[in-house]
Amino acid sequence: MDSNRRKFLKMAGLGAIAGVAAPSAFSTLLKGEAQASSGHGHAAAATHGGHGSAATSGKQYGLVIDVKKFADNPGLGEKCIKACHSLHNVPDYGNKKDEIKWIWLEKYENAFPEHSHYKRNAELHKLPIVTMCNHCEKPPCVRACPTKATFKNSDGIVMMDFHRCIGCRFCMAACPYGARSFNWRDPRGKSEIGKPFIKRINPDFPTRTRGVVEKCNFCAERLARGKKPACVEAAGSAMIFGDLNEPGSKINKVLSKKFTIQRKPATGTNPSLFYIL
Amino acid sequence: MLEKAFKGSLLYKGWMVFLLLLMGVGVLCYSQQYQYGLGYTGMSRDVSWGLYISQFTFLVGVAAGGLMLVLPYYIHDYKAFGRITILGEFMAIGAVTMCLMFILADLGQPIRALNVMLHPTPHSMLFWDMIVLNVYLILNVLCGWVVLHSHYKGVKYPKWIKPFIYLSIPWAISIHTVTAFLYCGLPGRHFWLTAILAPRFLASAFAAGPALLMIIAMILKRTTKFDIGRTAQDKLVTIIGYAALLNFFFVGCELFVAYYSNLPGHMHTLDYLFFGLEHDGHVYDNLVPFMRFSMAAGLVGIPLLFASRAKKSDGMLVLACALLFVSLWIDKGMGLVLGGFVPNMMNQVTEYYPSLGEICITVGVWSTGFFVMSLLYKIAITVTLEQEA
Repeated sequence: MDSNRRKFLKMAGLGAIAGVAAPSAFSTLLKGEAQASSGHGHAAAATHGGHGSAATSGKQYGLVIDVKKFADNPGLGEKCIKACHSLHNVPDYGNKKDEIKWIWLEKYENAFPEHSHYKRNAELHKLPIVTMCNHCEKPPCVRACPTKATFKNSDGIVMMDFHRCIGCRFCMAACPYGARSFNWRDPRGKSEIGKPFIKRINPDFPTRTRGVVEKCNFCAERLARGKKPACVEAAGSAMIFGDLNEPGSKINKVLSKKFTIQRKPATGTNPSLFYIL
Repeated sequence: MLEKAFKGSLLYKGWMVFLLLLMGVGVLCYSQQYQYGLGYTGMSRDVSWGLYISQFTFLVGVAAGGLMLVLPYYIHDYKAFGRITILGEFMAIGAVTMCLMFILADLGQPIRALNVMLHPTPHSMLFWDMIVLNVYLILNVLCGWVVLHSHYKGVKYPKWIKPFIYLSIPWAISIHTVTAFLYCGLPGRHFWLTAILAPRFLASAFAAGPALLMIIAMILKRTTKFDIGRTAQDKLVTIIGYAALLNFFFVGCELFVAYYSNLPGHMHTLDYLFFGLEHDGHVYDNLVPFMRFSMAAGLVGIPLLFASRAKKSDGMLVLACALLFVSLWIDKGMGLVLGGFVPNMMNQVTEYYPSLGEICITVGVWSTGFFVMSLLYKIAITVTLEQEA
C-alpha cells in the first residue's frame, strides 16, 4: 500500500512538473511567433495585429514604396542608396563576391519572382524596385540565429548586434529576401591600389569588423533622434514611412487607399515593406 | 593503453606522418584565412555556405552511421558484430571531431563561438545541433574507451556503461535529424524545404558510414591480422545495400514531386544540379558532371555490392563500397548544400568554386579526423589481437 502511494505521489509530481514546464518550453521554442496574428496580410486595417512577444511598445514600423515615382525620377533610387550607404559606412569592394549592400535596386522579375504579368513584362522589367530588409513580423533570420545577435526590437525593427554575431551565416540562409550581407574581409581596409573600401567614414555610426553579418536597420539610430530613415528623407514623396500599428498614421491611410503588394507573401513572414506598382 | 598508439610498423608510422603533413598544410592555410577573413574562400553573398558546411553535413552522417554497427550487437545481441562495434564508435569520434572543426573553420568570428552557450537560443536549430553533436562525441568517447579498457583488462565491461550505450543509439538518430532541421525549416529555400530531408539524411548516413567502415576493415584485413569475419562482412553488405537503396528511393521521391507538380521553385535547383540552369542567356552547370557521376556510381555500386557477396570477392566489395561512399559524398557533401543556394532569393544564379586554400583547409580537417581514427583503431586492434594471442 505504502509503495503504491509513493508511486502515485511520484507520478503526480512528475505530471505536475511536465504540465507546467511543457507549455513554457514550447513557447520558448517558438519565441517571437507564439501569438496568433492577423498579420500584415490585412495591414490595410487600422490595427496591425499581434507581433509576438517582442513588440512590447506595440509599434511596427513599415514602409510604402511608390515604384512609379522611382520610375519617373531616374536617379532617385541611387540617391537613396547613396544616402544610406554613406551614412552607415557600408564598404564598396567593387566586386560581386565581397559585396555588401543594405538597400539596392532590383528588377521586377527578381524582386517579385512569383508575380508574372502576362504581356506587360517588358514594361515592368524596366521598373527600378528598391529593396532592403523587410523587417518581417515573423523574421526567419531571428528564428535561425543561435546567439540572438539578430533580434526583433520593441518597435518591430529587426536589429543586428555586431558584437555578438559569430558569423555562422545561418541568418543569410534563412532570409527569403536576400537582404543580408557578410563581411568576407576587413571593411576598414584598403584595396591593392590603396583605395579605402569606405570612402569617407561617418564617425557617428560604427564601422564593422570582418566576419559579421549586417543589413538595413531602418535607421534605428536616426529614429531615436526623431528623424526619418535616410532613404525616406532622400526619396521625398516616393516613400512613406510610419508605424503600422498607429491607426491614424499616414502610412495606414495610404495602405487603406492604394493597392500594394509585398515580396514573397507565401513565406508567411509578413514583411513590413509595401510596394505601389 | 594509450602507449599502443606510438608503437607500430613502418607503414603505420608513414601513414601518420603523411596525415600530419596534410594537417600542417591545413593549419598554414587556416592561419591565412584567419588573417584575411572568410573572403579567403570561394563563398559569396549568394552562396554563403560552401565546402566547410557541406563536409560538416556529410560527416554528421558518417558519425550517425556508426549506429548501424553498434545497434545489432547491443540491442539484438548479434554476436558477429562484436569486433566491429568498437570500430563504429571510434569512427564516430573521428567524424564528429571533423564536424566540429568544420563548423569552427566556417565561423566568421571563431573566438566568439562560445556565444552559442552564453546566450542559449532554443528557437535556433544550430543551438540544438551544438548540443547533440557535443553530447554524441562525449558518449562515444566514454562508451568506446570504457568497453575497450575492460577488454584490455580481460573483463566484461561494467554495468554502469550500459545506459550510456543505449542512449548513444537514439542520440545518433538525433544528430542527423537536427542537422537536417538546419536546412528543412527555412521558408525561402525550396530545395531544402522537404519533410523527407531528415529520413533521406539518415538513409544516406546508414549507407555511407558502414561503407567507409567496410573499406577500413578490408584495409586492416590486408595489413594486420585483424579480420572482422565473413558473417559480419556479409551482414554489413545487407545494411549498406538496403540503406543505399532507401536513399535512392528518397531521391526519386524528390524528383517526382518536383517534376510532376511542375512547381518552378522545386524544379530550379534540380535543373541546376542535373541538367544546368539557364539564366540571362547563360547555362550554369558546374555541378552537373558530379551529380550525374554520383547517380551512376550509386546505381552501379548497389548491384556490385550484392554481387561481391555472392562471389565472395573482397576486391569487388571494396570497389562497390568506394563507389557508394563517393556517390553519397557528392550527393550530400556537394549537391545538397551548394545546390540549395542556386538560384538565390532573387532567382539569380551565382556559381561557387572553392578556393585552393579552402580545399587545403578541408583536406587538413579530413586528415585530422583520419589521424584521430587511425590512432584509436591502432589501440583497439592491438588490444584485441593481444587478448586473442
